[in-house]
Amino acid sequence: MEKTRENRFIKYLRKDRLPNIFCAGCGNGIVMNTFFNGMEMAQISMEDVVMVSGIGCSSRIPGYVKCDSLHTTHGRPISFATGLKLANPDMNVVVFSGDGDTAAIGGNHLIHGARRNMDLTVICINNSIYGMTGGQISPTSPHGSYGSTAPYGSLENPFDLSKLVTAAGASYVARWTTAHPLQLSSAIKKGLKNRGFSFIEVVSQCPTYFGRKNRMRSPIDMMRWMKEESVVKRKADGMDESELVGKIIVGDFHKKEAPEFTERICQLSSEQCPPEKPSAIRSAYRGDSSA
Amino acid sequence: MVDVMITIDKKLCKGCNICTEFCPHQVYEESGTLNKKGVHVPTPEHEERCTKCQICSLLCPDQAIQVDEDDES
Ligand SMILES: Cc1ncc(C[n+]2csc(CCOP(=O)(O)OP(=O)(O)O)c2C)c(N)n1
Ligand code: SF4
Ligand code: SF4
Ligand code: SF4
Ligand SMILES: [Mg+2]
Repeated sequence: MEKTRENRFIKYLRKDRLPNIFCAGCGNGIVMNTFFNGMEMAQISMEDVVMVSGIGCSSRIPGYVKCDSLHTTHGRPISFATGLKLANPDMNVVVFSGDGDTAAIGGNHLIHGARRNMDLTVICINNSIYGMTGGQISPTSPHGSYGSTAPYGSLENPFDLSKLVTAAGASYVARWTTAHPLQLSSAIKKGLKNRGFSFIEVVSQCPTYFGRKNRMRSPIDMMRWMKEESVVKRKADGMDESELVGKIIVGDFHKKEAPEFTERICQLSSEQCPPEKPSAIRSAYRGDSSA
Repeated sequence: MVDVMITIDKKLCKGCNICTEFCPHQVYEESGTLNKKGVHVPTPEHEERCTKCQICSLLCPDQAIQVDEDDES
């Protein structure tokens, strides 16, 4: 009786690897659930999904999922995903990446993925810290927040990643937190459906490092903070900058129709390699230089 | 009142109590006792209040909760 009463998302997971390695109450598990929920809402089958990740706690997500995946090097998932998508234009390529992975070591790949409007769905799990390596400050750590490399509080200004990728050329951009699971699921659905670079920033909890160092010891403290400090974009638009200090602005930020890179490449190759001519791409692999 | 059946997989639960805190109808209670794995697994003490909104099964970071219609006879 009990064995049939599994959580509705277990069917997508490699059960032999559970429980997952994440600390109790880590936001990564919630991001997994909202992804499955958003994928079901978009009516996409797991058969048509490939997951790509870099290095970090959050980058371990694909390893638990029963689908094709690539666990790549630190900061590079968007580059691997770009190649994967160009070779498999029909797949839904989804990147799971931490704030360090996306915005520190991988910052350049991020802006260039957005600039090309590559058809990828990038889910950035922003816990404002390097979780895996012991709580170092990341490019999204709030000014004044504590980390193992900022014992007196961070002196730096954080990136607003959603603004950054919007400016760089992304065609769908949203931010929610793990305390908004329904809105987040729906943003993931929209990201999957968008043909172009979709960036979904998830403000998430690392209770073990960010929480412990910033007086929010439990996952519940952290989720209460995210819920209480969040302001939806429509309301924030009417507020003064001084009122928004320390707030997390959430919502759908940006959506535009724009030419997508994979389509452009496919179009170019069919123009340059019509069926009657030998294909330059095919001949490159065959050592046939007659093209 | 809705007939529901809430199951928590004790092998997966890590006792974070996110379900206890964020269920809109306070269905769960924190547990005072540790299980064999050293985890305080919450209990769905007030199942009769459940509206099957599925927030808990969406939030549980360890995919430990299933909320079903009670189809047992
Ligand atoms: C080239 C390289 N540099 C540094 C590291 C060490 N390292 C591993 S994970 C990580 C940062 C992880 O932070 P984030 O991407 O935010 O992921 P989180 O663990 O917080 O989910 C770093 C610096 C590495 N693995 N490879
Ligand atoms: S260290 Fe932080 S990010 Fe990593 S699993 Fe633990 S809570 Fe999650
Ligand atoms: S949310 Fe899941 S892991 Fe956390 S206490 Fe509830 S059942 Fe256990
Ligand atoms: S389904 Fe909704 S009401 Fe029922 S226990 Fe879960 S969170 Fe509470
Ligand atoms: Mg991080």
